[in-house]
Amino acid sequence: MKKIEAIIKPFKLDDVKSAVTSLGVQGMTVTEVKGFGRQKGHKEIYRGAEYLVDFLPKIKIEMVVSSEIARQVVEKVASAARTGAIGDGKVFVTAVESAVRIRTGETDGDAL
Amino acid sequence: MNAADTAWVMASSALVLLMTPGLAMFYGGMTRAKNVLSTMMHSFFLMGLASVVWLFWGFSLSFAQGNWFVGSLEHFALTGVGADLWPETKIPGSTYMIFQCMFAIITPALISGAFAERMKFSSFIVFTLLWLTFVYAPICHWIWGGGFLQKMGALDFAGGAVVHINSGVAALACAFMVGKRKGYGTLPMTPHNLTLTLLGAGLLWFGWFGFNAGSALAANESASNAFVVTHMATSTAAISWVLAEWIIRGKPTTLGVASGAVAGLVAITPAAGFVGPVSSVIVGGVAGVLCYLAVLAKSRLGYDDALDVVGIHGVGGSWGAIATGLFAAKAIGGADGLFFGNPAQLGIQIVSVLATIGYSFMVSLVILSVVKAIMGLRVTEEEEVAGVDTSVHGEAAYNL
Repeated sequence: MKKIEAIIKPFKLDDVKSAVTSLGVQGMTVTEVKGFGRQKGHKEIYRGAEYLVDFLPKIKIEMVVSSEIARQVVEKVASAARTGAIGDGKVFVTAVESAVRIRTGETDGDAL
Repeated sequence: MNAADTAWVMASSALVLLMTPGLAMFYGGMTRAKNVLSTMMHSFFLMGLASVVWLFWGFSLSFAQGNWFVGSLEHFALTGVGADLWPETKIPGSTYMIFQCMFAIITPALISGAFAERMKFSSFIVFTLLWLTFVYAPICHWIWGGGFLQKMGALDFAGGAVVHINSGVAALACAFMVGKRKGYGTLPMTPHNLTLTLLGAGLLWFGWFGFNAGSALAANESASNAFVVTHMATSTAAISWVLAEWIIRGKPTTLGVASGAVAGLVAITPAAGFVGPVSSVIVGGVAGVLCYLAVLAKSRLGYDDALDVVGIHGVGGSWGAIATGLFAAKAIGGADGLFFGNPAQLGIQIVSVLATIGYSFMVSLVILSVVKAIMGLRVTEEEEVAGVDTSVHGEAAYNL
């Protein structure tokens, strides 16, 4: 099993969701996050005082999938979330040791 | 008693009262989310505190016959203030008293923008009690209660000096004495909800018709003129602030349009009964640009007047008082200014501005020093970082 974490532009969430569900991914967890990378922040002005806002809003998607489809999922996420502009985000993949579905007690691959 | 006059002044009193929750919204939206309740509490609590002070000794010290400097305690606890007509009006003394009460509420509430996000609540109460007694009451007496500025012929229709210069200058004293917010200049301190600020500014605009047109103390031509020029000056200032910031910083902002409107309201306040509509457009247009520049200058000068009370009320009020000396016309309010052939009026106006600035600043500093020595002025650093709402009031504004 692999855990795929993707940090993406917020407006790309729907595209990414439909892209990965077509591969049979059955669930994901989504969080609104803020962060910075190479994309610079933006400027806000209040009564003439300028503030540089470094942390930009992003969406973090987390999903655990079987090792067999992990590479495909990553590719789908990357292509669905890409705009070509700076700030598109990143995808991280890590190994997952075990999983349990709480309702039934199924484990690992059956729990996904 | 004149029924129309009394009805209008009572309705105006209610309008002026509504300005204080309006101010709470205007200010509250500009603070960070962790301090919005404490900021709104300053204004709302004063609707209670200042009223009780007013009933017992505030009104008497301001308006009872006294000397050149301050009134007497003849009207302590409203003795002799009731159904009898108030001198030179056709309204009962009680109506006059409650109208003036609303001014005594909003003036210290205006100051609270300077020390928002860090003032200790108990110290705020003690400061306000002393300030109403030793600063507001005397200055009110000077200009409206038969004191020396009134005898000199200073024109202040609805409180340019009494309310706005006075609160703006006291705010400067507060900014110095309370000190900067932790992280000021390095951390972003951005307004958390400008929709609240815009609605608050709208309520101020609405209530200000009572403030200015009510100050005619009658339902007459003077009230009608004040109503019109209040609106026109405010409209112009809202536009001119936005144009100035658009040119200087490149963006027309909603905080700018709200701030410009308030700057215009402030500037026309002393002039409302004395200038005509075309003059009011000049008064407002200048106010929007001048107050914007004053707010810009703040960051260079380095004091942390959190919500720009000095730049808008101090500077806008001073401009309004001087503009009254320029644009006053006998045909409107019985006195001429410089542009209508009476340069002496301008001199009198300048004296009233300087006297108000000097007295309010010095005595506010003394009061703040005393309160600071006895009980301190600020919350602890830990409380400030956590936010005054939870650490002092035990509440959070938004539980989402």
